[in-house]
Amino acid sequence: MGRFHRHDDGTEHRHDEPHDRTGHDHSGYATGAQRIQVLEHIFGENDRTAAANRADFAAHGVHTVNVMSSPGAGKTTLLRQTLRRLDGVRVGVLEGDIHTSLDADRLGGLGAAIALVNTGDGFGGECHLDAPMVRSALPRLPLADLDLLLIENVGNLVCPAEFDVGEAARAMVYAVTEGEDKPLKYPVMFRSVELVLINKIDLLPYLDFDLDAFLANVRAVNPGARTLRLSARTGEGVDGWVEWLRSRTGADVPSPA
Amino acid sequence: MHELSVCGALAELVNRRAGDRPVTTISLRIGRLRQIVPDTLAFCWTMVTAETALAGSRLEIETVDATVTCADCGHVSRIDPHPPLFVCHGCGGFSLTVLTGEEFLLLALDLAEV
Repeated sequence: MGRFHRHDDGTEHRHDEPHDRTGHDHSGYATGAQRIQVLEHIFGENDRTAAANRADFAAHGVHTVNVMSSPGAGKTTLLRQTLRRLDGVRVGVLEGDIHTSLDADRLGGLGAAIALVNTGDGFGGECHLDAPMVRSALPRLPLADLDLLLIENVGNLVCPAEFDVGEAARAMVYAVTEGEDKPLKYPVMFRSVELVLINKIDLLPYLDFDLDAFLANVRAVNPGARTLRLSARTGEGVDGWVEWLRSRTGADVPSPA
Repeated sequence: MHELSVCGALAELVNRRAGDRPVTTISLRIGRLRQIVPDTLAFCWTMVTAETALAGSRLEIETVDATVTCADCGHVSRIDPHPPLFVCHGCGGFSLTVLTGEEFLLLALDLAEV
């Protein structure tokens, strides 16, 4: 590289000028320090891949829902109940899990196409699904034969909210055992979803859970969010969620009266 | 852990922009709605970049307050993060649009040439 040179980004400068009058710092061995303006979204690469995923889903007529929650809120149990009730809808499940195939194993045999994404290759195991991970799993799903794709994200109330994976809608599973204040502690997650499924309501008689306070907290951070109460264990209320999914797939919309 | 994944994405972006030129400072603009703790981000950055070409580089973080505008009365409110109540300070309304606070930008890189 010559003394006067041009970088790929178009910046150019020279190194043979006397620096004394320029006010540069000469304390280190590094000379010719320079600032390049970037102004790029930190998740730009992820968002471009998410757009490609979204285009593929749209091209195949697949409605994709990103299901998020904290660990243990009941996503997998709910998905089992959901798959049992979605007859007539061709469903795929993309299962994100840090190391195991346990959740994917629990979903087998229910008529859905399942693709597992183990996120354990990342830095100690990724805590979320990102768009490239989802993209890498798409060849293992028969998109052309699906109406609905449910993405079970990694259990975590922080990171998954930040990563667009190309979904059409976001829903979260929240368990009443988590306490009323979760929306205020994880506002980004609660703001990012259009539906909050309030799970484990069969446990309400045994808890000091204040449902009204929880609903007020949801409204404080995301006034437009819909909420549905259900128990994935007993099946109570699951039909409401299944109807919500059906109404979006276009596969089984009730004809207008 | 969130900051760790952010640092991974950031390192890729910085490497792509800087090429093989040594980077001294990375300037970021991060909105308060992004749940980023600046000190934690800086700590994770040293972990993620250790023994890479970016080792020793420093993050310079500009934080942006969360502000919203109300569809009902037009009032602009600053949303305090503790707790983050999304309610209009002017009329108590909930039809709010976020103006600022969701920024997540790499602004500039300071490069040193050896």
